[in-house]
Order: sequence, then C-alpha cells, then structure tokens
Amino acid sequence: MAEKRESDERFKKFGTVSFTSLTKTNAFIDHLENGKVTGTRCKGCGRVFFPPRADCFQCLAGNMEWFEVTGSGRLVSFSKLEYGPAGFQDDVPYSIALLDYGAYKIFGRIAPDLPDADIAVGMPMKTIVNRLPNGQLNYVFTNP
Amino acid sequence: MPRVAIIGVGQSEFVRAYPGSVRELAFEGFKDAMRDAGLTTRDIGASVVCSAPEYDKQRSPAGVFAEYLGLNPQPTFYVESLCSSSSMGLRLAYSLVRSGLHEVVAVIGFQKMSEISSAESQERMGRGADIQWESPFGTMMPAYYAMYARAHMAAYGTTLEDLALIRVKAATYGQLNDKAVYRKPVTLANLSNPEDRMAGPVASPLRVGDCCANADGSSCVIVASEEKAKAFCKKPVWILGLGAATTSVNLAGREVFTGLTAAREAARQAFAMAGVGPKEIHVAEVHDCFTIAEMMAYEDLGFAKPGEGKELIRSRATYKEGQIPVNVDGGLLSKGHPIGATGGSQIRTIVLQLREEAGPIQVKHPEIGLVHNIGGVGLYGNVSIFGR
Repeated sequence: MAEKRESDERFKKFGTVSFTSLTKTNAFIDHLENGKVTGTRCKGCGRVFFPPRADCFQCLAGNMEWFEVTGSGRLVSFSKLEYGPAGFQDDVPYSIALLDYGAYKIFGRIAPDLPDADIAVGMPMKTIVNRLPNGQLNYVFTNP
Repeated sequence: MPRVAIIGVGQSEFVRAYPGSVRELAFEGFKDAMRDAGLTTRDIGASVVCSAPEYDKQRSPAGVFAEYLGLNPQPTFYVESLCSSSSMGLRLAYSLVRSGLHEVVAVIGFQKMSEISSAESQERMGRGADIQWESPFGTMMPAYYAMYARAHMAAYGTTLEDLALIRVKAATYGQLNDKAVYRKPVTLANLSNPEDRMAGPVASPLRVGDCCANADGSSCVIVASEEKAKAFCKKPVWILGLGAATTSVNLAGREVFTGLTAAREAARQAFAMAGVGPKEIHVAEVHDCFTIAEMMAYEDLGFAKPGEGKELIRSRATYKEGQIPVNVDGGLLSKGHPIGATGGSQIRTIVLQLREEAGPIQVKHPEIGLVHNIGGVGLYGNVSIFGR
C-alpha cells in the first residue's frame, strides 16, 4: 500500500477563505505567525516583490530572499463592502484598500476598529498582522 | 490588403433567468445573426465560443454548441478573457480570416449566470482577480471599481452626482431597448434619496444604481473575408482597427488608479491600426459595468482629457445628439451584463448604427464606430474600431 504523502498546505491559513493551498511562498504564513508581513527580493537583480513571489521573470530564476514590510505607506484608495461574496458574509462590513510604500504596494483590509471618518485617501498607514475570529491569519492597515 | 468584415449580428434578449440550457441560449443569438446575414450553417467555416468559466456546469462548451448549432464537422475554438471574451473572440476570428484559414467565422458569446446565487456569482467574479493574494480578503467586482471611483474623485473632484448622471443616461436609452433586462427610467432623485433602492450601498462609494445587473444572454457576430462579404452582404461593416492589452492582476502591481492602462494601450493600438483618432469616432459602446467605468472610458479613449470626463456627461455630449454618443443602447447598466455575451452585444449595436438600422437610438449618419470592452478589473482591455 502506497504511503500517504504529506503536503504542505500552510497557505490555507491566509485570509477569511483561502483559495490556494500549495505555493512556494508558504513561509509567508510562518512570518505572519511571528507577527511579520513579508515580501521577496530577487538576489540576482534586487527587484522587490509584494505580494511575495517565488520566481523572478527578469532573471528567470527562483533565487529569492524575504524582507519585512516596515514603516508606513500612503493610502491609495479603499472601499467599504456592505455586501459580501459567498464565504465572507460574516465579515461584513469591511473595507479593502491599497497602500503605496514607494518600492511596492500592498493590497489588504483596513483594521475594523478604525472609524470611517478617520480614513482618507493619501493618509499614512502601517501594515500589521491580524488574526481573524475564525482563527485564520491576514494583515490589516492601521494608523502608524 | 484584403479587408475583414462583419456581415451578421445578433443577440438574445438579456434576462434575469433564462428558462433553458446554455446550448439553447447560445442558439438564440446565433439564429438572430444567421438570419441577419442570410446564411446557412454550411457557409460557416469555423466557430469561436466565448464565455467566462464556472457559471454553469458545461465543460468545453464550444464542442457542444458546434453540434447544437449545426456546425459539425467544422472546427471550433473556446476563448476566455472574462467580460471581454467575445471581443477577444472577434480578434481570433479576424486573424483566422486574415490568415486565409477560414472565410467565414461565427463568434458566439454566452453566459448563464442565474444557475448560482448572487453571493456565489460575486465570489466567482472576485476570483477573476488574484485568488492567492486578494480574494482571501473578500473582494468583489463592485469593490474593486469602487476603489477606482474613490481615487478618481480624490484626484479630479468627480462627484457621486456625476456618476448618477451616467446611470440616468443609460436608463434613458435602456427604456428603448427591447433586449435590455432593465427598462425603467432612473432619475437623479432615485440615486440621491437614501430610502430609494437605487441609492442603497454596495461598496462605498458605489451604490446599487452605479452597478450593472447580472443577466443571462447570448450574442453572435459573423466575420467574413472581403470576397465573401461582398458576395453575401449589401452593407458589410469593416473591421478597421483592433487593440488588445493586459495589466497586472493584483492592484499592487499597478501604477494608475484613475483609469485602466489596458484600455489605454488597446485604444492606442486600435487607433493606430485604423488610422483615426478619438475625434473621428461618431458613436461608441463602452464597458459600463459600473458608472465609474464609463467615466474612465471617456478619458482612457481620449474623448476627454484625464479628469475631464465629468464635463462630457454634465454637458450631455455623450447623449445621442451630442458630439460623441456613448452607450445609446442603454449600456451594460441597462442591458445587463452576461459576461461572455457582452462584447458581441456591443459590436451588434455599433454594426446596426453603421448600417443605419438602429431605429429609435439611431445616431445621425455615423461612419466610424468604436467598442471598448474590458475583462476583469481592467485586467484585459479590448478596443475595436469599425467603419462602413
């Protein structure tokens, strides 16, 4: 009888509902567990990637190192959802947003405790790890 | 250089829930186009079937439709680029005809969205974006476009009332379109009254009235070589320019949030190929899946400078009598948006305009028309230019 192979499905922990289980960027989840949001940098050409990726199309190589997202970015835009897609109805309302860090941008959610009136395009925000009520992990944007 | 023409166009009525199977739905648009062209199935050399996957259970619909539409043993192709699938299908048909491989090609777009719930379809559409890094945050199409709307407002002072004016225009013409799913009038008061359903929040700043409805529908465009077009058709409409482009799927990979770069690049290509500019377009169909999408299209296509799209709608320049009539068939906002069928429906409207067969929505003697069809959140951009 064939031995059952263990598969590394760490990425199933990302977000309210994860649609990906197998990826070469699984270490991202370990970093979230340790309170860090991380991207990748190509050791060959120095190109920086967020979201992190395993492969550099410029060097046609997979020689990456991790870097931690630190400091603050500028809020490019956001939208508050009053209606959720299947699997997300329990999270409503929530706001999705984009932060610009200059060398890269980050797509995510705004921290749920931030009042709507305090959110404006152009404001500085930082990215922090967040544990969801269902035990899953993601990251959110909040005041620096 | 031999030209390529459109010799027949058709579409089904776009409805909330089509009472039949996907092959039967596809037959409706096909039948309409074949009658329009006066062809029999023997005249069709190949078919191209266009839709976005996962709304219905049929895998590989192209082969199934080929049999049902009487197109065996001719070859068939399946093309998918989300909401711009049938414009991408037109691009494939053009290349099949220009290459000489086939003389007449039927481009069949369809979507049956009613087999799943609205929340499920929002989840499917959300997965037309980056499923690894964005979808786990709970994304959906209205929220992505809402982010563009907010960025456009912050950069240019565009207002919610400007967006409402686009919906009012759509409804003005939707009432005249017997193929449209939404045919009721809409006023500014509907969108500004918090008690009104049209003003209900979806994804801020977009309201119910800013969003098109899901629909079931099919469309068909028959593409032919110059020789066949002249033999079969009294009023061929010529394909003058085609543009197609892509951009980063994740918003994090993009640089512009007040317009769609894939649309701008597709427009540049199409204008260059046709040898015309935006001022020479007499009538246009743009991808108004949301009101902000039409506003950005005005600017991405060069009908207005960046940030000045609002002046076009405020001055009614995009109404039927204006300098550049846009979506005078009611647009996606009125017709509904059956993903894979939408591009073919837009092309149908422009072909009817150029043949001067558009009835109550006929623009005065148009000679050049344009179709702007977007897939996903600007992931795919297609711009096509037609002349008579």
